[in-house]
Amino acid sequence: MKQKILLYLTIAGWLIPADTRSAPASGLSEPIQIIRAVGSEGRGNDEATRVWKQLAGADASQLIEILSALDGANDFAANWLRSAVDAIAARETAAHRALSLADLGKFLLDTRHEPRARRLVFELIARADATAAEKLLPGMLNDPSLELRHDAVQKVIDQAAQLFEAGNKPGATLLYQQSLAFARDVDQVDLVAKKLKDLGQPVDLPKHFGFLTQWKVIGPFDNAGAKNFDTAFPPENKIDLAAEYDGKSGKVRWQDFTTKHNYGMVDMNQPCGKLKGVLSYAYTEFFSDKAQPVELRLGGKNSWKVWLNGKFLFGRDEYHRNAEIDQYRMPATLQGGRNTILVKVCQNEQTEDWTVEWEFQLRVTDSLGTPIFSNPDATRQTALNR
Amino acid sequence: MNRIVIFLAAIACTVAPLQASDWRQFRGPLSNGVSDETALPISFDASKSIAWKVNLPGRGLSSPIIVGGRVFVTCSSGPKQQRLHVICLNAADGSQRWERQFWATGRTMCHEKTSVAAPTPASDGERVFAIFSSNDIVCLDLDGNLVWVRGLGRDYPNASNSLGMSSSLVTADGVVIAQVENDSESFSAGLDALTGVNRWKLDRPRMANWTSPVLLKTSDGKQLAILQSGKGISAVEPATGKTVWEYGDGASTVPSSTPDGARLFVPSHGITVLEPGASGEAPKQLWRSAQLRPGTPSATILGQKVFALNDGGVLTCGDATSGQRLWQLRLKGPFSSTPVGAGAYLYCVNEKGLAQVVDTFKPEGEIISELDLGDTILSTPSISGGAIYFRSDKQLWKVGKS
Repeated sequence: MKQKILLYLTIAGWLIPADTRSAPASGLSEPIQIIRAVGSEGRGNDEATRVWKQLAGADASQLIEILSALDGANDFAANWLRSAVDAIAARETAAHRALSLADLGKFLLDTRHEPRARRLVFELIARADATAAEKLLPGMLNDPSLELRHDAVQKVIDQAAQLFEAGNKPGATLLYQQSLAFARDVDQVDLVAKKLKDLGQPVDLPKHFGFLTQWKVIGPFDNAGAKNFDTAFPPENKIDLAAEYDGKSGKVRWQDFTTKHNYGMVDMNQPCGKLKGVLSYAYTEFFSDKAQPVELRLGGKNSWKVWLNGKFLFGRDEYHRNAEIDQYRMPATLQGGRNTILVKVCQNEQTEDWTVEWEFQLRVTDSLGTPIFSNPDATRQTALNR
Repeated sequence: MNRIVIFLAAIACTVAPLQASDWRQFRGPLSNGVSDETALPISFDASKSIAWKVNLPGRGLSSPIIVGGRVFVTCSSGPKQQRLHVICLNAADGSQRWERQFWATGRTMCHEKTSVAAPTPASDGERVFAIFSSNDIVCLDLDGNLVWVRGLGRDYPNASNSLGMSSSLVTADGVVIAQVENDSESFSAGLDALTGVNRWKLDRPRMANWTSPVLLKTSDGKQLAILQSGKGISAVEPATGKTVWEYGDGASTVPSSTPDGARLFVPSHGITVLEPGASGEAPKQLWRSAQLRPGTPSATILGQKVFALNDGGVLTCGDATSGQRLWQLRLKGPFSSTPVGAGAYLYCVNEKGLAQVVDTFKPEGEIISELDLGDTILSTPSISGGAIYFRSDKQLWKVGKS
């Protein structure tokens, strides 16, 4: 009988939508732990399903605990946790109960918290007090949350446009320059660069983005039928800049190549000729002041592979679909001093006029997209530090 | 015996019977774009026909689906469309029941014409399965409780298309079927509807593919999942992914196949109609017509007629039994969305947001009514409860019975 009552209570619990149910405050450490344990290929989903309603039904006073659990959570767990936050916030809104802005504000202003969680909190605050949220934005120009930073930068861009419309070109120039310093999204950088160019203040875009522009290149090697993506030609086994190899149509050797492209495109058609069914390699060295985590960010519409210090990072076997800056983000660790970067870039045999490109662009950044520049003095400095 | 009872009870609990007005997946209950409803509006009036419209928080080409009087729609927002939305509205008045957001775990890059919320979700009547171009899939129950999440673009990091993915989901036999087919890490997968884990995963042709799977009922009452690619068709068992038969004469990678009873209308060399035999038997080709050539929209079968709409707006009507071309009608294009229909009428909406009702019983077909929704629409409409649902990047309209 007791079991039957429990069963009925459980079923009744299932029937009540999460948005209308509020559980008494209880320990969330176990459900949070279970949810943070979810992993790839659906691992842990069954357990997470079981406890998610416990989180979504938590008291509003426990919201910060759930938000804090996003710190360091993997991306799968993050989605489980944020949807619980959504459910709690919606339930409280429906019940006309205000969330604690003091708690939310404290969480938002602590930039050690997960950037996306802070953005979520910002939106919760904005729903309750749009004016306060608006006033917080200017302080977020250098925020670790890309979305908060984007909105703060946009505010400055809008103000610059207003000054320009009012005929205040020096003021507009200053604000555009300020926004450029903090912008990380390419659309904003492009817009501001265009405005500054119109104002007589052209931006050195390759430098601003930190594209790697100085390369050694070698090729062409054969890629007939686009079949040699996984074939290791000599540069993949050893970098010998004095070596000469058999290429697709004769001997090939390393040659210097510097790109002057605004977006750092390394166009293999220039050193190798407009060829089809070929591949080539580009090599450069990057000097880092210290060992540090970075991202190698590559854009391009040809198949490619990248090695850092001889270690394969990632590759993509796709031709002529689309390209954009930072299309592929590869987390990596630089060693202090000299690092080697090798890129394999392949061209297929499509004949349409939009398949001429045989190129890539690459830069080294932090996780926000702030460029990290090579420092040739780093080798000497690293040696001294030893 | 007890085990059998429990098993049957479990099945009864996991799949809700289809309600007459449900439109649970891309192109409707049978993936053919057809509703058996009889009270749909055939004459539009801008001031009276719109039951309600709501603003959406993000972009999307996905069709809304309707389950038990609730409308589910997906959107994507943010500077890089990395915010994924699943929204549930009351069909009666458009009021929001709930919204859940997720962060994309896979790449969100896509062509500017499409968006990350391009594929249409599916439902088994108890749960909603929503997929995005980032290859994130989330499963929620109808009340918005999260059941599971998967990030197929994270699990399989080369599974993406730089132009965007658009293949919608279907669900059958306790499995959610996703075609994640592209030039690189190309596969289709059957995910457990209750947990999201892989029940099966098949390597697929390495070529970009924007088509959606459909379900085909065989003569012995089973269902097959039809996976289309540039190479042709693979018919697989939904529960196991086991290939039952294949058709290898090529097929389009944009418009999808259309089932009609036991026949399958494949966009191959125009349209090729296949009829599978008994289990495991290769399908018989009933007819092929190069004169019926769908563009981006998939073919629609209405009664004994098959309709192919090209991107420019030429609607070609053919005899569904013989493939003979019957008539052509120029609509006001261009079109990306697939026509849907009921009875004698086709509902076609062009990219400029002009909805057009075609009376297919007229000898040469005829546009009998238009409704200008005033926004770009690339999404296929849905039909439910005496109304047609249209969505753009900004809004969702219910047109018809309020």
